[in-house]
Amino acid sequence: MKRLLGFYIFAVLVLGLGLLFPDDYYVTVVGTTVIQNIVLAVSLNLLMGNAGQISLGHAAFFGMGAYISAILTTRFGINPWAAMVVSAITVAVISYLISKPILRLKGHYLAMATLGVGIIIHIFMVQADSITGGPDGMSDIPGLSILGHAIEGDFAWYMLFALFMLFVVWAALNIVDSRAGRALAAVHGSEIAAQMVGIDTARVKTHIFVFSTVIASLVGSLFVHQQAFVSPESFSFFFSVELVTMVVLGGLASVFGSVFGAVILTLLPEFLLVFEDYEVLIYGAILMIIMIFLPDGLFVTMKRNILHWLQKRKGAENTEHPSPGMEG
Amino acid sequence: MAMETAGSYILEVQGLEKRFGGLTAIGDLSFSVEKGVIFAVIGPNGAGKTTLFNMLTSVYTPTAGRIFFKGQDVTGMPPYRLARLGMGRTFQNLQIFMNMTVLENVMVGTHIKGRQGILAAALRLPYVLQEEKMLRKDAEAALEFCGMADLANRSAAGLPYGILKKLEIARALAAGPELLLMDEPAAGLNDSETLELSILISRIRDSGTTVVLVEHNMGLVMDISDRVLVLNYGRLLAEGVPKQVQTDPRVIEAYLGSD
Repeated sequence: MKRLLGFYIFAVLVLGLGLLFPDDYYVTVVGTTVIQNIVLAVSLNLLMGNAGQISLGHAAFFGMGAYISAILTTRFGINPWAAMVVSAITVAVISYLISKPILRLKGHYLAMATLGVGIIIHIFMVQADSITGGPDGMSDIPGLSILGHAIEGDFAWYMLFALFMLFVVWAALNIVDSRAGRALAAVHGSEIAAQMVGIDTARVKTHIFVFSTVIASLVGSLFVHQQAFVSPESFSFFFSVELVTMVVLGGLASVFGSVFGAVILTLLPEFLLVFEDYEVLIYGAILMIIMIFLPDGLFVTMKRNILHWLQKRKGAENTEHPSPGMEG
Repeated sequence: MAMETAGSYILEVQGLEKRFGGLTAIGDLSFSVEKGVIFAVIGPNGAGKTTLFNMLTSVYTPTAGRIFFKGQDVTGMPPYRLARLGMGRTFQNLQIFMNMTVLENVMVGTHIKGRQGILAAALRLPYVLQEEKMLRKDAEAALEFCGMADLANRSAAGLPYGILKKLEIARALAAGPELLLMDEPAAGLNDSETLELSILISRIRDSGTTVVLVEHNMGLVMDISDRVLVLNYGRLLAEGVPKQVQTDPRVIEAYLGSD
């Protein structure tokens, strides 16, 4: 299957890294965070890159999944998997209700509205002490187990996150290359033209918004069981901006672009200590530089240049059949 | 739907009116379009042609009057539902999806023939694959019909204007519309492209799709139209077969002015 060749290579790489270096801090500990961010960036990209609907509140839905799971499992003793499903359904309902008024807005207005939603949810996490534990958050959240085997240790968590992430990337690749994916791109390209071929643009926007927030919620639930602890800090407005930066850095509407963006922006702070103090500044700078000089994103631009170069070389070897040079 | 009209008319407009503040862009306009014809709407600049089109496709809501499509009252019906009923449209200002290939653009046009949503697509359920195959085939047929099958895998961005105009037609045809509305299809085309276009439009009619077009290019209109409606200041000035309209003194006056 040529369509999914890149995906298979990626899957082997991700799982292979875990199997080869199960005890390596950077692979199984940092790697799990990278994977979590890949899921968030890929899901945000479907909404932002493919359908063209920006969200500055994605982290809040990630947090909502985390908190609902935490509350249901610690306060009500509900099985974590069941709690995960309940969180996802709750997030789906909430984002569906929010999407109705919000997705009518366009451009800056939509950005402001999603920003507002994110901030409101975050304030709720901080202020509603009796429900969320306030700024201190909640601890002693139970872990997960599969068929009676508790998931313990960095390696097991890495593998669980990796499998979920691979599922999300696979699903995203499927969506992009389908009727549903073309409808997203059509909404992005021209809403009036999309409507005139029978696409209910409001419905398409709602569906992808709900889909992407549910994915964020699911990885939020995984996150909270892995950490056994949750606090509002992890879901601030700044994290939403970080996710947007990942998507833009990789390239809008490119699934592997978002993977790339998430990997780079999660790893950079690990290696560059200056990041600690200037995080927000650096993200802002990256966003600006990419928007101005590489509007298609770093990953997408690199990929295109490499393909061009390969084709040129092929063309030079084989001058009798010059390649059309239009692919990619 | 409440009101139904019978007969061989695919499109009927009754007492249509659109006011923008004090300006009446369209006033008391009534006409009917028979199935299987090419019906042209002409008129001097500012006569209200595009306003009429925007009401027919529910981009604007009429101030008064009714529009019937296939006997069904569709006044104010959202455009995506009109499309599902069998109405297609091309635009005066190109509305091509530049972020897609030619084939993908036309595949968007097949949207109403499929049913998969995001979840089914995400999981790539077996029927999704079959549906994709069918949609691709229909899109390829539409490209073939418009004589641009060889461009299928080209990116839409960077194609010349004349090709993009044809691409819009192919995209609209891919849905298999019963009625195709074309807003100034010849605008910006050179003579040979216009000739090619007139052949294409005639073939579209011959394949069973009724065509309603708004056009500036008189030569094209008189060549291919079965009926012509002349608008002036938002009102119907004349309607008939091209010969009748061409010799109508009121039409000549509206176009050339009088002393």
